[in-house]
Amino acid sequence: MLTLTLIVFPLLVAIGLFFIKDGKWAGNLALATALIEFGISVAALVQYFLFCHCLLLFHLEWLADYGISLKFGIDGLSMLLILLTTFLIPIIIYSSLGQKIQRSSSFYSLIILMQAGLIGVFTAFDGMMFYIFWELTLIPAYFIAAYWGGENRIRITLKFFAYTFSGSLLMLIAIIYLYFRTPLPHSFDHIWLYASNLNPGEQLWIFLAFFIAFAIKVPVFPFHTWQPDTYVTAPYSGSMLLGGLMSKMGLFGMIRWMIPITYTELTRTGGFFVIFPVIGIVYASLIALRQDDLKRLVAYSSVAHLGLVAAGAMTLNAIAMQGAMIQMVSHGINIVGLFILVQYIEARTKTRSIAELGGIALKAPRLAVFFMIILLGSIALPLTDGFVGEFLILLGMFKYNAVFAAVSGLTIIFGAVYMLWMYQRVMLGNTKAATEQISDLNWKEMIPLIAIVIMVIWIGVAPGMFMKLAENGVGQVIGIIR
Amino acid sequence: MNSIISLSVLGVLVLFLGILKKKTWLLPLILPGLLISLVMTVLHWNMNRGLFHNMIIIDNTGVAFSAVLIFSTFLIFMLAAQYYRKVIRPLDDIYAIMIFALVGAVLMCYFGNLIMLFIGIETLSIALYVLAGSHKEAITSNEATLKYFLLGSFLSGFLLFGIALLYGSSGSFDLYTIHAYVVSHIQQGLPPMFKAGLFLLIIGLSFKIAIAPFHFWAPDVYEGTPTLLTAFMASVVKIASVVAMYRFFSITFFGIHGVWEMTVAILAGITIIIGNVTGIYQPNLKRMLAYSSISHSGYMMLAMVAFSGYTATALLFYAVAYSVATISAFAILILVREAKGNDYFGSFNNLAKHNRIEAFTLAVAMLSLTGIPPLAGFMGKYFLFSAAIEQGWLWLVIIAIAGSAVSVGYYFKPIIAMYFREDQETVLQAGPSYKAHILFLTLLTILLGFLPFLLSGLI
Repeated sequence: MLTLTLIVFPLLVAIGLFFIKDGKWAGNLALATALIEFGISVAALVQYFLFCHCLLLFHLEWLADYGISLKFGIDGLSMLLILLTTFLIPIIIYSSLGQKIQRSSSFYSLIILMQAGLIGVFTAFDGMMFYIFWELTLIPAYFIAAYWGGENRIRITLKFFAYTFSGSLLMLIAIIYLYFRTPLPHSFDHIWLYASNLNPGEQLWIFLAFFIAFAIKVPVFPFHTWQPDTYVTAPYSGSMLLGGLMSKMGLFGMIRWMIPITYTELTRTGGFFVIFPVIGIVYASLIALRQDDLKRLVAYSSVAHLGLVAAGAMTLNAIAMQGAMIQMVSHGINIVGLFILVQYIEARTKTRSIAELGGIALKAPRLAVFFMIILLGSIALPLTDGFVGEFLILLGMFKYNAVFAAVSGLTIIFGAVYMLWMYQRVMLGNTKAATEQISDLNWKEMIPLIAIVIMVIWIGVAPGMFMKLAENGVGQVIGIIR
Repeated sequence: MNSIISLSVLGVLVLFLGILKKKTWLLPLILPGLLISLVMTVLHWNMNRGLFHNMIIIDNTGVAFSAVLIFSTFLIFMLAAQYYRKVIRPLDDIYAIMIFALVGAVLMCYFGNLIMLFIGIETLSIALYVLAGSHKEAITSNEATLKYFLLGSFLSGFLLFGIALLYGSSGSFDLYTIHAYVVSHIQQGLPPMFKAGLFLLIIGLSFKIAIAPFHFWAPDVYEGTPTLLTAFMASVVKIASVVAMYRFFSITFFGIHGVWEMTVAILAGITIIIGNVTGIYQPNLKRMLAYSSISHSGYMMLAMVAFSGYTATALLFYAVAYSVATISAFAILILVREAKGNDYFGSFNNLAKHNRIEAFTLAVAMLSLTGIPPLAGFMGKYFLFSAAIEQGWLWLVIIAIAGSAVSVGYYFKPIIAMYFREDQETVLQAGPSYKAHILFLTLLTILLGFLPFLLSGLI
């Protein structure tokens, strides 16, 4: 029942919010909803650990003739990402409360709708439900970026939409095709889809369809071209939703759907498809080095980090996949933290250009400290969240292919270079015109950052619970592959 | 049968009201009249019998589709009061002709004999030639009617010639007799005369549905025709023609494969590509909807290519989803044309600011036509595509999917204009009942997406 509540409750609130008048309490209502969702997800976590270590399942027939049922469940994989979603959404909403937002009730309604869609994606155990919720998240993401976005938003967001929609349609064909290859009577249930009977040719194209759909969403090189522009033009809350949560949908899809269904294709082609994310790691890091716009830098760093996660997941190695799960959570937390900080800086200085910033640490030491901690998490310093995941991924990859591991390992070095260099130019040195009058964070602004820093350190120092969840989830996938 | 009689009577009654000059009584008569016909149609459920020596065969497929047609007409008449509220001249003739066109459309759902098919199509078409030109003062309307009439009568000749050739080779107009003929001759190969007849019949029907490469009339005619009647053309007429084709193939070639599927599949592929790609270049919503209707007829052809147990269901669901979304798009188009005098995409700028319901309706309609879940259009596409994939038409589905991806390029134009572009503020003049109606249409689109089993288990 908790599973269903997690999806239906925000859906209903989103509809309600859509109709109420704009005003301050639209945001507060959304925040309350998001906090209640967080409570429900913690309850689900407690239930998961105390009672069963198993699936919290909701199952209802929907279109019995077509083998589609409303099957939603929470296992280890889902639990991690649900916690991430319900943890980040209140932070995202909170960080936007201070601003003046046109048509705010629609804005918050879309964010809450997005949450319902995300949780649907992460809990779906029916292929068609997965697809429906997958697409459901696209609409709010598009509208948030296109309505409240910045320069060139119409062109950029249409590109974003067309790009991801094309990928999803490929996945739709693959899912329907798989359905007809499941044992009789056909079904979209995940166990049936895993058991579908494919010859090598079909394996290849179904793998490609899934891979492209997920690679666009993550995004993995060379399908990343929509991403930096969209992150830059979207409002901060939109960038946080896209970078922190929506990108995880693609990675989650890989582990939940693509790998169990078409793992033989991954093993048969050797490491061929792992090359793409590995190239992306180096390529995006090098581009990130040259960026002047803070938001764009974060966007490219995201391509690099998520490339590592995708590569780790596709090695089919238990350790790397566990690392991938942990790193998904860490990356989500870190990137939202970074976007919040960039948002605060832009709100104070009216610029995101690194060249115009400098010496913020002198004027705003608290801002600088938070920035440093989250940045260290992002560059995977030991005892921060980034380290756990990236270390496990690299460890697993090393067993898989030492060359890939060595090249991917560059991400940590490059990450340190571009992030710390950016930090040096933005935070240290002398103040410039834009940063002369910068004020430090007040306690209201620090609340979300404190929550994020707690998570950064918690996962970094004591990742036990998260490892346990990742282990349970990955264990099932590995069990299928063997 | 009851529905054909009751609709004809309704049409005649409307004409009588015209003689009595009771303009305000027209819609209060028509709307309940249509509902009564709808009920009478549904009463035929599970009747399954042939009438007049199988001239008309009443089966569940026919009942379901004619119910859809009558319901769609009802939805369009709900828009009529708003559309014609400033028109002084009597409207009884237009309304009556619409109802007579509907009679032809219903006949096309029930026919069991090629003569009946031809009569149905002509009843529908001749009524439409008149309707297309019903705005006599507008030169575009005159152009539309002339174009439609010249091409339509020319292509009716193809259709008739095809029917004659089929008769010549099989010796009958009756669908089941032709089916028996096909079954007995399929082994030694069908004679060229039969194939030529089939080919001409496909061309004739393709013209009526606006399948590429016989679609060139559609955009011009749609643009010139008064908007309310364009909505009628795009929904009722389109569905009736598709159903007629489906009915012909599903009875005549029941259980037989490999005769005509490839031809229709290629036509469908071309239609989807041309409809979607050309749709991007249209400057206004009405022409865009014309191309949208072309590409959707391409999708509906998938049901014809891939026969299986549930293609009729798939087609039915698709028809309803398409028809509801199209009618709601036209409902907003009517308002915008009234307020702005044209329907270029620029006229939609900033519409969402003061017209939330209208903008929301159009946005949902566009998203449904694009096929975004969980709206009805997605479920329709899903049913059709999965039927086609099951029958092994993967390449056609890939074309269809690519077409859907391209269609984002034009379906999003009004959405972008309404929500994201700045312009001076417009308030659309829609009465409360009109607003309630478009909200109902939107709700239907959303509900059908969430509860597809309401329709999917029917036939």
